[in-house]
Amino acid sequence: MGNGHTEHKTLVERLQFIDRRIIFVFIGLAVVIPLLFGAVLKEETTPIVQTFFDTIEGLPEGSRVLLSFDYGPTTAPEIQPMVDAIVRQCAHRKSKMYMMALWATGDNLTGETIEKVLKPEFPDYKYGTDYINLGYQTGNQGLIRVLLVDFKMMYAVDASGTDVDSIPMMKNIRNLKNFDLIVSFGGGSPGIKEWVLYAGDPGKIPVGGGCTAVSAPLLYPYYPNQLIGLLGGAKGAAEYENALINAYPEYKGRKMAGMKLMMSQAVSHVVIMFFILFGNILYFIQRSRDKSRSMEAGR
Amino acid sequence: MRRTVPLVITLIVGTVLIVAEFVPHKPFGNLGDKFSMYFDIIAVFAFILGGGNLVRVHITKISRKKADWPFSAVTLAGFALVLAAGLFKIGNPGGIRGDVAVVGSLFNDLYIFIFTPLQASMFALLAFYVGSASYRAFRAKTVEATILLVAAFVILLGRTPFGLWLTGGFTGSWEFLQVPNLANWIMDVPNLAGQRAIMIGIALGVISMSLRIILGVERTYLGQDND
Repeated sequence: MGNGHTEHKTLVERLQFIDRRIIFVFIGLAVVIPLLFGAVLKEETTPIVQTFFDTIEGLPEGSRVLLSFDYGPTTAPEIQPMVDAIVRQCAHRKSKMYMMALWATGDNLTGETIEKVLKPEFPDYKYGTDYINLGYQTGNQGLIRVLLVDFKMMYAVDASGTDVDSIPMMKNIRNLKNFDLIVSFGGGSPGIKEWVLYAGDPGKIPVGGGCTAVSAPLLYPYYPNQLIGLLGGAKGAAEYENALINAYPEYKGRKMAGMKLMMSQAVSHVVIMFFILFGNILYFIQRSRDKSRSMEAGR
Repeated sequence: MRRTVPLVITLIVGTVLIVAEFVPHKPFGNLGDKFSMYFDIIAVFAFILGGGNLVRVHITKISRKKADWPFSAVTLAGFALVLAAGLFKIGNPGGIRGDVAVVGSLFNDLYIFIFTPLQASMFALLAFYVGSASYRAFRAKTVEATILLVAAFVILLGRTPFGLWLTGGFTGSWEFLQVPNLANWIMDVPNLAGQRAIMIGIALGVISMSLRIILGVERTYLGQDND
């Protein structure tokens, strides 16, 4: 019976309800092939990203930058390239990096960043004097509120259990107001929005953020008054990498993670657009046929 | 009694926190910060409650052999393994005092080699469903749907270099017609206006709901009345 029914369907009707596994194959190929070939796409840096870059670039040597890893493995492919680029820039600027996490899943990613970026690329950067991993603490926005008043109340020890009073770069840290910049990575909750509401605004501390592409539209209202800049998704990461390459020639010719992702994203966008167009063409053909059929039936 | 005590606590804490926000003097001055610390302490205990509840729910499911109970067994095994690796720091290079999240620890290996690929795979499936849904559902059936479709199309195209390649010919006073510029306009004007309106609406809703909770009008957060 089922076969008999499908035989009466026109080609247009059948194409409109094409097996979605075919679409999955196209999307899969669009994502995988550019990644396999390592193709990169250079992005021009937009003002919302450039102001962020320029703010870090303008920080004097030894400035204190708080990096909050508020994300997990789900969003790491989009966010990690931003983290890597900003850590590299901070290291070039000789900023002191204080790493922490509002998300439990961000703690391990802090360690990965240190092992994969900071240690191999900046071997002169020393733990305790140039960077510190404070680890994860519970409390979400409540934690931020306490940090604004008394930092060591919540971070009495670092991630490895060392008393922070014995760590040189923690000596003059009393609260969040002692930081020159806060950068939050991750568009979920708690994340950039909470840093703006509970630290940036009440403490008058500059806050910047990097988030997934889907979260970026929700955070645009905070720019430029409450956020110094915002990196949205792989595009934001690729734009930041472009700014980094322009400022630091040693990165020229290097295939950076965000730029590689952008090629995949661009191709998959084109495939999705093709499917939207194709689907609508079929829809209009079908609609005009249905109209003419109903007109014939009416005669 | 079981409802009155929580209602009184909510009323006192809520009122004190509102007063503390507007009266920065003793005894209210730093009460907001003190309550934040209490919140952090309570949040730690919430982990124990959450973990206990997870174990209870899945043990019940396994013991009663409910549908898909083997998944519950996997959940409990995973929970026990990660908890043991994290709490007792099994396989930790720094021992019981060292950081559990360092590269080379069992906890980190479980995170990197099991948790990360599983979570990333789940999130990556979105790309496939977005592709499939855009083909099947994104149809210009009404005026509203057409506006949404055109906006989505411009954003998609504007986020790739192909947008500039296709419309780069528009220069001078026509430059605004370049797809990336149109995409930025959509994000900066209609999207921003919509987002701001939603944010203000949510803020007003939060204020009214908070007042209802503080004054005891809204009581659903207390659960069912079993008194």
